[in-house]
This record gives sequence, structure tokens and C-alpha cells, in this order.
Amino acid sequence: MTASDFTKTEGLSASPAAQREMLQRRLEIDRAARWPVGIFLGSSILWLVLGSLLALAASIKMHDPEFLANNPWLTFGRVRPAHLNVVAYGWLSTAGIGIGLWILSRLCGVAIEEYRSLALAALLWNVGNVVGTWGILRGDSTAVEWLEYPTYAAPFLLISFAFVTMTAFSIMRRRRPGHIYISQFYIMAGFIWLPALFFTAHGLLVLFPVQAPAQPPINWWYAHNVLGLWFTPIALGAVYYLIPKIIGKPIHSYYLSIIGFWSLAFFYAWNGMHHLIGGPYPAFLITASVVASVMMFIPVVTVAINHHFTMIGHFKDLKYSPTLRFVVFGAMSYTLVSFQGSLSAIRELNYITHFTHYTIAHAHLGAYAFASMVFFGAIYYIMPRLLEREWPSRGLIRMHFWGSAIGITIYFVMLSRGGLLQGIELNLKETPFMEIVEATIPYLKWRSVGGSLMTIGHLAFMVSFVWMVIDRRNRGSEPTLFANRKPGETKSAS
Amino acid sequence: MSNRFRFILIGSILTFASAFGGLVLLPVWGLGNFEQVPDPETGEMIPPLLTNQEQRGLQVYVKNGCIYCHSQQVHPERARTDLARGWGSRRTVAHDYMNQGRAQLGTMRTGPDLSNIGVRNPSLTWHLLHLYDPQTTSPGSIMPPFRFLFEEQEIGEAGPSPDALSIPAGFAPPEGREVVPTAEVLDLVAYLQSLRLSEYEVPEAAAARIESVIE
Repeated sequence: MTASDFTKTEGLSASPAAQREMLQRRLEIDRAARWPVGIFLGSSILWLVLGSLLALAASIKMHDPEFLANNPWLTFGRVRPAHLNVVAYGWLSTAGIGIGLWILSRLCGVAIEEYRSLALAALLWNVGNVVGTWGILRGDSTAVEWLEYPTYAAPFLLISFAFVTMTAFSIMRRRRPGHIYISQFYIMAGFIWLPALFFTAHGLLVLFPVQAPAQPPINWWYAHNVLGLWFTPIALGAVYYLIPKIIGKPIHSYYLSIIGFWSLAFFYAWNGMHHLIGGPYPAFLITASVVASVMMFIPVVTVAINHHFTMIGHFKDLKYSPTLRFVVFGAMSYTLVSFQGSLSAIRELNYITHFTHYTIAHAHLGAYAFASMVFFGAIYYIMPRLLEREWPSRGLIRMHFWGSAIGITIYFVMLSRGGLLQGIELNLKETPFMEIVEATIPYLKWRSVGGSLMTIGHLAFMVSFVWMVIDRRNRGSEPTLFANRKPGETKSAS
Repeated sequence: MSNRFRFILIGSILTFASAFGGLVLLPVWGLGNFEQVPDPETGEMIPPLLTNQEQRGLQVYVKNGCIYCHSQQVHPERARTDLARGWGSRRTVAHDYMNQGRAQLGTMRTGPDLSNIGVRNPSLTWHLLHLYDPQTTSPGSIMPPFRFLFEEQEIGEAGPSPDALSIPAGFAPPEGREVVPTAEVLDLVAYLQSLRLSEYEVPEAAAARIESVIE
């Protein structure tokens, strides 16, 4: 995309009449999106908080096994999958749907016509998550990793998602003529891939299970692709949308972004078997995934060049814009987590890191430091536009950012270290198993510390959100920034 | 719908389909149709199918999430120290899992691997005590106690129940009370005792044994 494309479509240098028309159109888009997208985003924050509490319980249990030990609903083996599913489907997916549809609607320049049925779909999606979480805790977990929600929760989620995907198609079909942005590629593809993944995997693993030896490859094809073909495309789509919007500059290279998209689509889908390195499977199947994992350097480097080169010259904006600070933190984490993932898939390194807390730390670098941080930033950007109101407190946003940023840093550094230690010792046959368990305990405690800080951040986020929704007087004429801009500095959106 | 949009749709579906073929269809065809074979020595069909009780035990294993800390896959020595730790006599192969209704290979080793726990520790009493409170048998363990799979009751007129656990001092219930296992925990232990994944002489076993020890 050239700079002139950008200014033309974004109206930065359009005539006053055209600008007025564009602002009017944005207002219509946001008003149509208010209820459905608002329900998706608002409920996602409640799931985030519930997911954090489940995470804390699971984390504390790992160094204090007597904690909440007598209630079967709260045993570690149920709380942990409940945490995973609540954050994957309750938080990340719910927020991802809302963010994806809103960006799509804005980029296509058309309002969501189906906002009533979409609001119902949002409620249904939440019902599915409530039923699924309740199912895991009461003892109906499937113990298929990433797919623990029992079968009776699946129809709610699938029907709801069918509405979401149909809405996305409807928006794309009605779009204004002109350029298709890279964010539209990513978001549309994500909306196609997730239902296909979920339907196939739930069918073949839970509803009509294939013979046990064939289950783990399908399980990891699914689980890895929930990250790679659902959270990642929505989050990358959001980064590609938000960074240029806030700093007022087009992305570095449109052609690189296209290479990044197609190489992600092809290579990421093949990654799953690297979770089974050393396992009872043919070497060629595992090697295919190792190769695909290493090939992920291509999409990751292209995306990294695009995101970080676009930011060059604008790092001072991080001082002001909450959205930008969250999103850039997320984009940098994406580069880091992807490099780490490609390296961990190499057999010799995997022999150390597999089966250890190192992998858990890696998963949180992806799902939290990357995807969740980008989604936080996106929600800070979208909500004021949906509600025509500003965020009520800069202090709460600051508390959210630092709680999350410091929390995940402690979490990642300490748990990675504990995991490496665990992996190295596991590979020394002289080290008794119980010694390894004891050696990891300090790091597991640090994980609880990091997790507590993240939870404090999430509580600030929730308070901020609820306050914003109920306080109708607070219209606000200026975006809520971390610091007031000095006169003369270029203004940027929140 | 412009050509550009159609291009994205078709491309997204094709890339998805390629991995679907490789990582879903191929495993279903190639790894989803194992059959029992006669044991070369005894002629019994192996690996044996799970009994009803063992199947119920697998359900208890599944619903309480044992998989999140325990793997069920023995790796060759080239990769790890599983054989040296006594977790199995050879690496496991796909055929070994054909009798498991739901694969529980796992991805975490917060606790030790359980592929062959039925061989390594066949004792019913040990498993019951360990599940009741892991500290009784494995001091320092971070495994949660599964006391909710047991019932604590008054010792009746007729004296202690024959099923009552003999629990070491310090972990035992108060005077006059006893702990008896529920049917659920007995099913679970039956399943654990049945786990002998490396023990059966499936056709792939000989090659697996050789591969297991190559460093």
C-alpha cells in the first residue's frame, strides 16, 4: 500500500465534506456495533477475571497441594483445564470475535446489519462457556487438551460461531469498493479457520472418537492451530490496524504483509506434531511439523519488520497512548514467542524443554504477552468509540498495564528458568525425581507472584470497564491518555 | 464478491486443507486401525482390551485431570532418560495404545510417567494410600491428595471395615473413625494397575526395543 492509498481511504487529507461524511459513517458503524460488540467485549473481561482466579488457584496448588484440596470441583486436574478453557474460549475468543468484527466493519466501511442476531449469538456464546466450565468442574472434562469442554457445551459454541462467521461474510460482501487491507485477510481467515478446527477436532476426538493412537496428532493439530490460526490472525489483524491508526502512518510494506499472511497460513497449520517429539509416532510426521515450525521464521520476520519498522520514529507516542503501549508490547512479544517456538521445535532443544514448565511459560508468552496484551489495547481503543464516552481513569489503565507487564515478565522469566532446570535434571539419570520436584518449587511460587500481579491488573481493567459503562455523565472530550500531551505535539487517538 | 476476496477464501481453505490431510487424515488412516495380535509365546490376544472396571477407572483418570502432570509415553534413550528411570522396558509405539479409549499421552512431567505403572508398582494398598494422601508414601510430593475419593466413617459395632485403609500415624483420622475407598478410587487403581504399555509383544516391539537403547 502506498502512502497516498492510505490517506485517500483514511480521509486524512480529504475535503471537509468528505471528512464529515466519513465521520458520519463511522458513527453509524459504531452505533450498530454497540450492543453485539459491547456484549462480546464486556463479557470477555468477566471471563478474564474468572480465568485469572482459576489460574491462581491452580498455581498455588502446585506449591501447596493442600490448598482447596478437599472439594472435587476444585481439584488441580479440574481447575487447570477450567482455567485454560475459560481464558481460551471465554476471554481470548470472546474478545477476539468482538475485536475482529468491529475492525472488519470499520475497514469495510459498512455497519453490522445483523446486530440483533449477533447480540443473541454473543449471549449464546457465553451460555456455551458457562455450561462448558461448569461441566469441567463437575467432572465431565474430556481431558483432551484444549478441548476439555464436554460435548453438551459444543453446540452453543458452534451455533453462535456460525452466526459470527456469517456476519463477517455479510460485512465483507457489502464492503465499499477499494483496497482490501491485510487486517481483513487475517480476520476473515480466522473466522473461517476456528469453526472448521473446532468442529473437526471435537467430532473426531470427543463425539465419535477415532482409535486412541490417532487421537494425539489430531489433538495437537487442533490445539496448536487455536493459537496459530485463530488467536494469532485476530491479534495480528488488530496490530496491523491499530499501530497505523494511532501513529497516523501506513504500514511499512504491504507486500511483506502479504508474504507474512500466506506463509503463516501454510506453515502454522502444520506445526502441531512438534508437541509429540519423541512420542510413539512415525518420524516423518514429526519431522514435517519440525520443519514447518522452523519455517515460521518467514512469517514472523516479515511481520516483525512491518510492525517494528512502522513504529520507528514514533516510540515517544508510547508515553501517551494506552492502546499503543499495550499493542506494541504485544507485537514485540509476538516476535519473541515465535522465535522461541521455532527454536523449541528443534529436536535437540525439545529434548530439554518438552514435558517441563518451560513450555507453560512459552504458552503464556504467546497467549498472554502477545495475544492478550494486543486485545487489551484493542479494547481500550474500541470501547470509547462504541459508547461515545472516554475511559474514566488514567490511573486504573496504568495499574492494568503495569500489573500485566510486570506480572507476565516475572511469570515468564522465573517459570522458564524453573522449566530449564527441570528439563536438564530430568535428562540426568542420576537425579532422583523427587529432587527435581523440590528444585522447581521456588519457581512455582514466583509464578503465583507474577499471576497475582496480572490478576490485579485485570481487576483494575474490570473496574475501569464497569465504571465506564455505568457512569453516563462522563462523556469526556479528550481521550484518556497516560500523560497529557504538550501543546504542539501531534495528536493521536487513544 | 470480488476476485481478491475469493482468492483469500480459497487460499485459506487450501492451506488449511493441506495440514488437515497431513495431520488429521493421515493419522486417522495410518494410526487409527490397529488390531489385537496373538502373543508370539502364549497366543493370547494382545494388547488386552480394558475390562469394564478399568474403563471406568480411565474415566476417573480423565475427569480428575491426571494427564496435566503425568505423561503416558516412554521415549527412547536418545531423547531422554525414561528407560534409566525404569519408566518402561522399551519406548512405546502407536500400537500399544489401541486398547485405550481416550489417549492420555500428556505433555507434562510434573510427576513421573505412568505408561507402565502397573508393572512398576502393582500394589493396591500403595496406590490407595498414595491417592488418599501422597505424603504418606512420597514425602515432598506436590501431588494433590484425593481424599474426596474416600469415605471417612465411624467404626461400626462390628469393628473396623475389612476395606479400611491402614493409614500411618499423623495422617490417620481421629480415634474411632476409619477411611474406606469408594468404588471410584478402586476403579482408578484397577486402571493404573492395567497400565503396562511397553510390556506387550506387538509386531513393532522388537524394533522399538532396539531403537530405545540407541544413544
